[in-house]
Amino acid sequence: MRANLPVKAQEKCYHCGEDCTTDSLVFDEKFFCCQGCKLVYEVLSQNDLCNYYAIESAPGKSQKQASGLKNRFDYLDDVDVANKLLDFKNETESHVTFYIPLIHCASCIWLLENLFQINSSINGSRVDFVKKKVQIKFLNKKISLKEVVKLLSTLGYEPKINLADLDKKDGHSIDRKTLTKLGVAGFCFGNMMLFSMPEYFSEAKLLGEGFKGLFDYLNVVLSLPIVFYAASDYYVSAWNSIRQKKINMDVPIVLGIIAFFLYSLWEIFMQGNAGYMDSLGGLLFFLLLGKVYQQKTFATLEFDRDYKAYFPIAVTKLVKEREEVIPLIKLQVGDVILVRDEELIPADSLLLSERAHIDYSFVTGEELPVPKQKGELIYAGGRQKGDPILLTVQKSPSQGYLTDLWNNDSFEKENKRLLEPLANRISGVFTWTVLTIAVAAFAYWIGKDVPLAVKAFTTVLIVACPCALSMSTPFTLGNTLRIFGKGKFYLKNAAVVERLALIDTVVFDKTGTLTDPGKAKIDYFGEDLSSESRQILKALVERSTHPLSNRINLWLENTTSITLENPTEIKGKGLVGTYKGQEFKLGSADFVQVNNRVDVPTGNLVYFAVEGVVLGYFHIQSTLREGAAAIVSQLGQNLDLHVLSGDHGHEEESLSKALKGEVSYHFNQSPVDKLNYLKSLNQQGKNSLMIGDGLNDAGALQESQVGVAITDRVSHFSPASDAILDADSFAKIPAFLAFARDSRKIIKASFGLSFLYNIVGLSLAVQGLLSPVLCAILMPVSSISVVIFTTLVTNFMGVRKGLIHLNKA
Amino acid sequence: MEVIFVLIAVSLVLAVTFLVLFFRAMKDGQFDDSYTPSVRILFENQPKKIIKDQPKKSKSYE
Repeated sequence: MRANLPVKAQEKCYHCGEDCTTDSLVFDEKFFCCQGCKLVYEVLSQNDLCNYYAIESAPGKSQKQASGLKNRFDYLDDVDVANKLLDFKNETESHVTFYIPLIHCASCIWLLENLFQINSSINGSRVDFVKKKVQIKFLNKKISLKEVVKLLSTLGYEPKINLADLDKKDGHSIDRKTLTKLGVAGFCFGNMMLFSMPEYFSEAKLLGEGFKGLFDYLNVVLSLPIVFYAASDYYVSAWNSIRQKKINMDVPIVLGIIAFFLYSLWEIFMQGNAGYMDSLGGLLFFLLLGKVYQQKTFATLEFDRDYKAYFPIAVTKLVKEREEVIPLIKLQVGDVILVRDEELIPADSLLLSERAHIDYSFVTGEELPVPKQKGELIYAGGRQKGDPILLTVQKSPSQGYLTDLWNNDSFEKENKRLLEPLANRISGVFTWTVLTIAVAAFAYWIGKDVPLAVKAFTTVLIVACPCALSMSTPFTLGNTLRIFGKGKFYLKNAAVVERLALIDTVVFDKTGTLTDPGKAKIDYFGEDLSSESRQILKALVERSTHPLSNRINLWLENTTSITLENPTEIKGKGLVGTYKGQEFKLGSADFVQVNNRVDVPTGNLVYFAVEGVVLGYFHIQSTLREGAAAIVSQLGQNLDLHVLSGDHGHEEESLSKALKGEVSYHFNQSPVDKLNYLKSLNQQGKNSLMIGDGLNDAGALQESQVGVAITDRVSHFSPASDAILDADSFAKIPAFLAFARDSRKIIKASFGLSFLYNIVGLSLAVQGLLSPVLCAILMPVSSISVVIFTTLVTNFMGVRKGLIHLNKA
Repeated sequence: MEVIFVLIAVSLVLAVTFLVLFFRAMKDGQFDDSYTPSVRILFENQPKKIIKDQPKKSKSYE
């Protein structure tokens, strides 16, 4: 869809809403832009599913680009592959879940949940809109997995199936477990509060001893699920940390829980007092609430994707002149494979065909397809443009030039040097201080009053339980994560915020990160273009998906195209068309047959000729992303800046001219060089932030303290990283970094606040003055006030940094 | 006053019932997707069973 409407009134496609160009189709008095869209409409109308078009207008996606290959799903007949994809299978029914990136509106949900009306062998389907997933239940005797995928594909909802799907199933069970624990804690806490009420108002005495005992025993019963089930994660975490001879935040929490529980048991059973069970319940409830809040994730985004998510699941292999579609996992060295237009090269291979044009834009950032000759080695990850090519596989898919990156040590998670969270660092000091105070109080009282000494000792542990302290971190970070999400900066988890706050070095990838792959500077040199030749140009470039054609198309702006006779695109070379008997050519110097070529240091040239006479040429250069120069000068004030690029060194001059400030440039960097560069920064003790986009940055993203993948479409593939940044928000990077630093300050401030509570509580506890009522007031007040404080201050900072807009309609 | 024993028992039974219902909802996946149901409920759907069993007739959906 283009923003600029053509002057001539044009019909919009009934299916996808795009302008119907000259060769539009009419069916049922409705216009369609292409055969594919018409086909989808036909299928839907035959099955009474035209409601699809009633829910949202033009809900479909243009089918112009759809691949028409009949046998491309053949690999789904492979039993191994099918079994790995299926969630469930019995003798009659199978369940399968597909990721369909195209799901975008209510119509999509409606249609995908009405699949059973099209094919009666489908029992039902259910869409998860947020995750863009659909689960389909079908009768496996009557319809095969392949046919289900084919059906989806005819409707325009082709599922995205990749290698990574075969290896793992997504697990929501972790999240469910925490929620269940929260539910249990909430239930027990609520009821304990009710049973403790009489105690607070001294009503228990009025009711008589029998009731009071009953309430206390009920509290003991209710505390059991909390202590033995809801709190279990904290025991595991604290135990693990002690075994590593460290003290994390969970250690003082566990100390507190144990002190609470044992002391309350002693109070209730031995002393006949009320105990502190209700405060214990409140403590766990608030802690778990913080945990759930922090667990916010961006369900559609995947941060752990490796090359497996990028490569196709199946390849076409030639066996004795016959094509056979096999799963990629079964591909072996020496196999001859066929790669068609727009398909990915799945493994490092030798080219058997005469020539190929490989688009490496995602791998290296190189914008234009690279011509390759017979016998050249082609790295995996490139995309063929043009005629089908034959290749012999040289290396298995996991051992290629690029995929080998993932075999590097950096991808062993344990080795990654991570900063210790702030809370864990202070908790060591905190725990020892509290223990010292407790022992000191015990030592002070022991000579005078033994029961009071025990009471002072345990109540110090109870009061010092860092409930407020440990809640300030999850709530601040969780809220920061949400605010970043609103600014289209999606973090993998809340811990990334703290690491982001300590960044002192920023490393940029050049192509695709600092430069904008979609934007270019275009200069035209030569004879002035008449309005007629502009129209011809428009007609030519409209046919092509080549990046240079797209740019010239943008440059032509509102020009309307005219009809040409047999306009054709010769892939990798140029475009040709005839108008009024004259042949117009647009393309490379070779294609247009230019005699006196122009030499330019950077960028690409596209020549325009009529009947062999060159009218002029376009000089197209990639440009910096909007705001890139401002970011560099802003960040350069207090951070070390580096630029890594796979390009040749001659770009340095133009780049350093555009980017002010002190930046160290490194050119000719291979993917492994980039990784090693980040490693050396780590060895120097720097906290590095790597911002990159392609597969070639994957190693560096992994090795850095924080790796940010920048992408134009967040739902598409991006290499494994700690955060995904929408390209629109690129200019906000300095604001994000500043905000992360603010969050850290907020955590520190709320630590101060909870220390205040602790001092008040402790001063009462050492004197042995703590009563259940006081405890029941102090605990929730300190927790809630810390939560309110962090939430309010993060939101306030977010507004001040311009990351939240108050007057959002 | 002995009635309080009964009331406490009743209130606990009620609370446990809600807890069990919560577990069941959790198991059914009610908390997994909090958006799609809000769209789904607005569709004018025919009961699935009827459509599955009957031969298809042409209907107008507007």
